[in-house]
Amino acid sequence: MIFNLKTYLSKNYSASPLIIFRIGFGFMMLYSIIRFWSKDWINTLYLQPKFHFTYYGFEWVKPLGNLTYLLFFICGLSALFVALGFKYRVAIITFFLSFTYIELMDKTTYLNHYYFISILSFLLIFLPANSSFSIDSYLKKKSYRLVPKWSIDAIKLLVSIVYVYAGLTKINSDWLFKAMPLKIWLPSKYDLPFIGETLMQQNWFHYAMSWSGMIYDLTIPFLLLYKKTRWFAFALVVFFHVFTGILFPIGMFPYVMIVSSLIFFEAGFHHKIILFLKRILNYFFKLKQKIQVKEIYNFKHQKITIIVLSLFFIVQLFLPFRYALYPNELFWTEEGYRFSWRVMLMEKMGYANFKITNSKTGIFFYVDNQDFLTPLQEKQMSFQPDFILEYAHFLGDHFKSKGHKNIQVFVESYVALNGRLSQPFINKNIDLYQQKETFNPKEWILPFNDEIKGF
Amino acid sequence: MLKNISLLTIVLIIVISCSKDDDTTDLGNNDDFNRKAMLSNIADNIIIPSYQDLNTKLEVLAFTKDDFITDPNTENLSALRTSWLNAYKSWQFVEMFNIGKAEEISYHFQMNIYPTNNDDIKSNISLGVADLEHPNNNDAVGFPALDYMLYGIEDTDSAILNKYTIDSESENNKLYLSDLVVQMKSLTGIILNDWTSSYRDVFVNSTSNTATSGFNQFVNDYIYYYEKGLRANKIGIPAGNFSSNPLPNKVEALFNKESSKILALDALNAVQNLFNGKSYNTNSLDSSFSDYLNYLNKSDLVTLINNKLDLAREKINLLDDDFSMQINEDNTKMTNAYDALQTVVVLLKVDMLQAFNISVDYVDADGD
Repeated sequence: MIFNLKTYLSKNYSASPLIIFRIGFGFMMLYSIIRFWSKDWINTLYLQPKFHFTYYGFEWVKPLGNLTYLLFFICGLSALFVALGFKYRVAIITFFLSFTYIELMDKTTYLNHYYFISILSFLLIFLPANSSFSIDSYLKKKSYRLVPKWSIDAIKLLVSIVYVYAGLTKINSDWLFKAMPLKIWLPSKYDLPFIGETLMQQNWFHYAMSWSGMIYDLTIPFLLLYKKTRWFAFALVVFFHVFTGILFPIGMFPYVMIVSSLIFFEAGFHHKIILFLKRILNYFFKLKQKIQVKEIYNFKHQKITIIVLSLFFIVQLFLPFRYALYPNELFWTEEGYRFSWRVMLMEKMGYANFKITNSKTGIFFYVDNQDFLTPLQEKQMSFQPDFILEYAHFLGDHFKSKGHKNIQVFVESYVALNGRLSQPFINKNIDLYQQKETFNPKEWILPFNDEIKGF
Repeated sequence: MLKNISLLTIVLIIVISCSKDDDTTDLGNNDDFNRKAMLSNIADNIIIPSYQDLNTKLEVLAFTKDDFITDPNTENLSALRTSWLNAYKSWQFVEMFNIGKAEEISYHFQMNIYPTNNDDIKSNISLGVADLEHPNNNDAVGFPALDYMLYGIEDTDSAILNKYTIDSESENNKLYLSDLVVQMKSLTGIILNDWTSSYRDVFVNSTSNTATSGFNQFVNDYIYYYEKGLRANKIGIPAGNFSSNPLPNKVEALFNKESSKILALDALNAVQNLFNGKSYNTNSLDSSFSDYLNYLNKSDLVTLINNKLDLAREKINLLDDDFSMQINEDNTKMTNAYDALQTVVVLLKVDMLQAFNISVDYVDADGD
């Protein structure tokens, strides 16, 4: 086994898939940043809110006022440098840090595919994605034909994890046997031409979509891996992601996944793209410099790199299962829900009415959430216990600074999950101001009174 | 080769799925809900008749106002007060429709912002001319301002009459009273005219599920009104649910002292009638939110919402006609009514919105 591992690690493969991946990734991220900026989301999501929901342990990560624009600029610029392969290592590290910082500023905007981009850019730090057809190699007059095969497989593995885990999480009773939440979402797409008022309203179609979505996620990495099914799988990838992109407001995610799936193609395919790009470049720039083509890219610290990446993947494999350490229903408490490729599994809405009480006099009043939160923040806060707790502390601190005494913060909250009637969510007799955020199960979440079987 | 086959497969899938719809529609087991019919019922049988009724009541108000100004006596004052209350009651049935022209010209801010600001009214009267449409005057116009002019400008009825007869500012008082009524009538005329001439068709055809479509805005506004205009303004704020102490001076019809309950009950009826699609004039039922929920297999929610609204009505019925009196004597009954209203907020805002799966107008960001 150890011997096999060694031969595997010494195997080489054409650098071109990695090169095309770098270019695709870089330009897509650049476009994402420009898109985000042009929609004024930097302002509405990070500058306007008076208060930000932080990640446990990362409370110090906050928006930087107007410098936030600079942060996005740096992030976009580093994405461009990654695409061009210019100062690649510095650029991808800068991208990873700036992008991750942006995501940590406010968990209201948490999306699985942002997390995917964060960890993917982390992985890319260690890969020789600038080894040819890059400004770096042009300046060094050196390029490499081959890279270690594992560096390409690492990306395939990460993409496969995303798909397979997303598929596994769909194996639950709500998704498969109630067609929830698609049964709520699809009928509301009655605007779509041709299928909106017909197919989208059909019960069987909701089930068909649920089941095929699950099967798609579980099988697509394998269909992409095998040469005979690859083009078919790619066609499915394009169809599936374009279709979901039309149905749901998921932004760049479909394109990220479509471009990522190109990594599964063989070198010849990528080589043709590179030749095509070279022809265009030569037409404009007449590049004359001779580049010395070397055979194999050699890692300076391959051993350490392998160890770091192995740890990285072990974490990736186990982190999504941490929910099993919590006793209560995952969808209800969301303890261990994030960072686990649980995508589109829940239609969850809530209502949280906060009450500030003076423990000595018993005098109380209710809080108008709109005074402190943006509509998006209020929506996200109202059904996620960690948001509710953090907001309760914010309210307590706020009213303390306004001179209120003996402050207690209670919440009356209701949550409806996947079409069930709304029911009380948080114990309204618990003073949340006295509760601390931990990784322990939150005792003050009321029981779900139902069971969702499965992963 | 495989590339071609896969492309062909995609095309086939699309063709099959599209052609299949045509056959499946006549199975009819899960036919599409007719949103246009729902909006037509809401517009033709609820919104427009409500505005027409309000318009008529305001015309009567204008006549009785003219009589009173010509001859300010006890009898005419009483007639004017009656027509004011009738119009105010009718207003409760349009207060939730803050859409279209009404939103555009800030109609609601000029009809029922309370508590009214006595000082602003007094200074407007002294000036003799006032720009009633100015936002600064929102709390010095509309029904609450008339409430002050007819009941609150002095303590006793005879003193009030004096304000319009022998008082040094009697001419200015009459002028302001008249301007208020004229303004309310003219604004309402504009809204009604817009509904009957053009907006009705815009509204009933605006069925798409986008943030800006008529239906989505309408549902959002409906819930907003229930939560803010009815639950908070009429009951919660005066009962002190949002402040450390009760605020009895913030009730509706403060000076009249005997109508805040009637008005609140009318507002609640208006909300429930719309939910069930009850026609304003004939009480017959047609398509509305409740039918849409039934279509979405949510009949349990329909029952629950109606039951909770009925319960809230019972709690409001226990209150004194004058809410400020109720707050001062036994505020618990007020907060009980508030709690009963509150349960419906959850059902509307969480359960009904979830069932409709409306694209909410306020959230602009990518989802998962």
